[in-house]
Amino acid sequence: MEQMQAADGTPLKRSLKRALRRQKLRALALVAPLLIFVLITFVIPIGNMLFRSVENQIVENTLPETISALKDWDAQGGELPSDDMFTLLYIDLWLAQEQKLHTRLGSRLNYEVSGVSSVFRKTGRRVGRFDTDIYTEQFTELDPAWEDPTTWVALFEDDAAADALQLTARTWDRWSDYLVSEDEDPAAEDIQDFLFTALHFDLSRAEGLTEGPPILQSAAEVAGSFKTVNLKEAFADADNDWADLELWQTLKLYSPTYTPGYFLNSIDMQKSLDGIEMQPANEQIYITLFGRTLWMSLVIMGCCILLGYPIAWLLANLPARKANLLLILVLLPFWTSLLVRTSAWKVMLQQQGVINDVLVWIGLVSNGDRLVMINNQFGTIVAMTHILLPFMILPMYSVMQTIPPSYLRAAKSLGATNWTAFWRVYFPQSVPGIGAGSILVFILAIGYYITPEIVGGTQGVFISNRIAYHISSSLNWGLAAALGTILLVIVLMLYWAYDKIVGIDNVKLG
Amino acid sequence: MKLTKTLFATTALGAAATLVVADGHMAGDMTLVSWGGAYQASQQKAYVEPYLADNAGVNAVWDESSAEAVAKLRAMNEADNLTWDLVDVVASDAIRLCDEGLAMEIDHDELLAPAPDGTSASEDFGDLIVSDCFIPQIVYSTTVGYRTDAEGWSGTPDNICAIWDTENFPGKRSLEKRPIGNLEWALLCDGVAKDDIYDVLETDEGQAQAFAKLDAIKDQVVWWTAGADTPQLLADGEVVMGSTYNGRLFSLIVEQEQPVEMLWDAQVFDLDGWIIPAGLPEDRLARVKDFVRFATDTQRLADQSKFISYGPARASSAPLVSTHADLGIEMAPHMPTDPANAENTFLYNYEWWADYRDDLDAKFQAWLAQ
Repeated sequence: MEQMQAADGTPLKRSLKRALRRQKLRALALVAPLLIFVLITFVIPIGNMLFRSVENQIVENTLPETISALKDWDAQGGELPSDDMFTLLYIDLWLAQEQKLHTRLGSRLNYEVSGVSSVFRKTGRRVGRFDTDIYTEQFTELDPAWEDPTTWVALFEDDAAADALQLTARTWDRWSDYLVSEDEDPAAEDIQDFLFTALHFDLSRAEGLTEGPPILQSAAEVAGSFKTVNLKEAFADADNDWADLELWQTLKLYSPTYTPGYFLNSIDMQKSLDGIEMQPANEQIYITLFGRTLWMSLVIMGCCILLGYPIAWLLANLPARKANLLLILVLLPFWTSLLVRTSAWKVMLQQQGVINDVLVWIGLVSNGDRLVMINNQFGTIVAMTHILLPFMILPMYSVMQTIPPSYLRAAKSLGATNWTAFWRVYFPQSVPGIGAGSILVFILAIGYYITPEIVGGTQGVFISNRIAYHISSSLNWGLAAALGTILLVIVLMLYWAYDKIVGIDNVKLG
Repeated sequence: MKLTKTLFATTALGAAATLVVADGHMAGDMTLVSWGGAYQASQQKAYVEPYLADNAGVNAVWDESSAEAVAKLRAMNEADNLTWDLVDVVASDAIRLCDEGLAMEIDHDELLAPAPDGTSASEDFGDLIVSDCFIPQIVYSTTVGYRTDAEGWSGTPDNICAIWDTENFPGKRSLEKRPIGNLEWALLCDGVAKDDIYDVLETDEGQAQAFAKLDAIKDQVVWWTAGADTPQLLADGEVVMGSTYNGRLFSLIVEQEQPVEMLWDAQVFDLDGWIIPAGLPEDRLARVKDFVRFATDTQRLADQSKFISYGPARASSAPLVSTHADLGIEMAPHMPTDPANAENTFLYNYEWWADYRDDLDAKFQAWLAQ
């Protein structure tokens, strides 16, 4: 059979395909701005946040030599790491303090163990004054060329030498990378003590170095007999905690690049040498807060349904003029600033506030025992119910508007009582509106932050208040990210459960 | 086609606006970060306005973000887009910014002006230079104010332990919702000697002791988070006594004439000052250095106390403290640094808190939630 052809003579199939592809491309181009916007402002930040909650590269990046050597150290053996480890730590810390990274690591580890922050700060100040200059002196005495950075540059261009001096070669690479990143020339900078320390470390272990440049060979011969520095003592002298097992155990515990530590912390657990354990009872807080957040959000949602349903019903059933006025009354607070409304509740609810004043004035409450209605859960529930009420009323209203009044009349004409007519005929049709409003209110409530902060006191605060604290105050972004991730997962799970039980198709916004 | 034209025009305008902003720093926009409110106003009047009068090309832009300065600077650092030139922070934040490498380490003697008598800046500021990155401006203290018309009181509070004396001074109290300061006061009022407090607080038993002491008044406490809370609560009569910054109490008592008095006992000394963000480009750094040198000299720091009752951080500024710019009253007796007020002060241990704040904050929050 002959192929169908388009007007220009190409086969119809191909022509059709081309047209379709063009259409698809045009459609993509039309949604592209939104797609890019969503990607940049939503997907990437959330992905970034999820990543932060497990990311722990800082330990290994700051102390690479120490961490790789720590793998072979038995943390439960009850013995401090060997002297070699202190040499590696010295090299790592020297480079870290030069780049001002050591205090960052200190702050990171301080989230796990109190006091590490100052250990790193103190040691960072002292590490440049350790007595390692004796290595520098001894090498330069042997051959003044050691002092010349060009000797070093030449030395590590030679692969054989770099193979023989592994630690020194790696250290030299890190040093020259750092200098290059600072726009400086490794061939022009003074050779520092820590490089000689690394060199001595390698040479005193290299037996019978027969290859390589003569300067290296002659140094290798005598390096074993050099005067040495006890860096273990030097560290213990800078801060006694270095002679303490706990610090080393912490380092080992938090050395992996990815850690479940933040997630464990956010459910009141912690890593320990014996595995995972609960936090001490006086530091457990997050499970309580998650539970409270969920429970109070449910209560707020319930209050909104109870208060919102009759209003939505009125809105849907009153004559248009009255309904519009009522709608404006619903929307007016919706348009008012959140902070203003919350502060207004403060004025209303406080002990010297409007409600208490009225109660005292009409004699229901004596002046001595005014009601406590704020800085507790009650205050949070009242204020948040008020703030979230429009989110419940509006979807309910738009669903109820679509329910024809004739159904109720039909039910009544067939003999139903008012209640039966409402409960069996009207209510089931309004359920999608309740569903939509409930999801909206619950999800908004679960992430609320500013209202609980202002009126919540100690018992009425939510998990988001802790997330905000860790973001802006304690700077423990990893923990904040883990808490946020858990909150996100809870919401998704509840959404899934809702879909299974009620069915998401039963949710209508109008 | 009209639409297209409008679109083009808008885009072109937008592009032009971006250019102006991008070029703004060269034109002399200097972004200063501070706390807003009366404190920022005092800085504006005491040294920003005089500086701008002498440097017509420079324009100062305020950003009231000091409360979130550490988090924002970290975010700017990660995004590699530093928009701030000079940041006002409390000392503990300065230490953290320095630790994180987000603030620039400075040589105080080289950067800052010496005192009029030639004393070097580092000596003039003395111990108040608590970090290599920190340029102190003022000393403030967190202290207690109380209502003079509280019902059912016998006597008037004369020391910090009045907070715990619910028998003689019944009524609600407001305390800051953080462990710092409160734990020290608790131990102090539980009989621990002032010099031993941090040693005691370092141990589990000491922490338990402090929390137990706070337990005694827990149901009487309203916890505040913003400096304006306590003055408001005191003015409303919601609490009968409460802790806050001395400058806030000063304006409540002197400017708003409320029936409130303040206690100068065991007030917690703290510092506020500038840091220069790390990684400023050369031209902006040079301008900021010039401004800081001017803004922290002896006369300027003394001038600031005309507008707010915080003590100048330089020793040489103290004798120059004069009268309030509007009210005309002597400011010296309202300064936390005034000898009569500073008879029994409490020095806040920055290093100690840098180590223990994460741990104790978790414990404090867990205690609050119980």
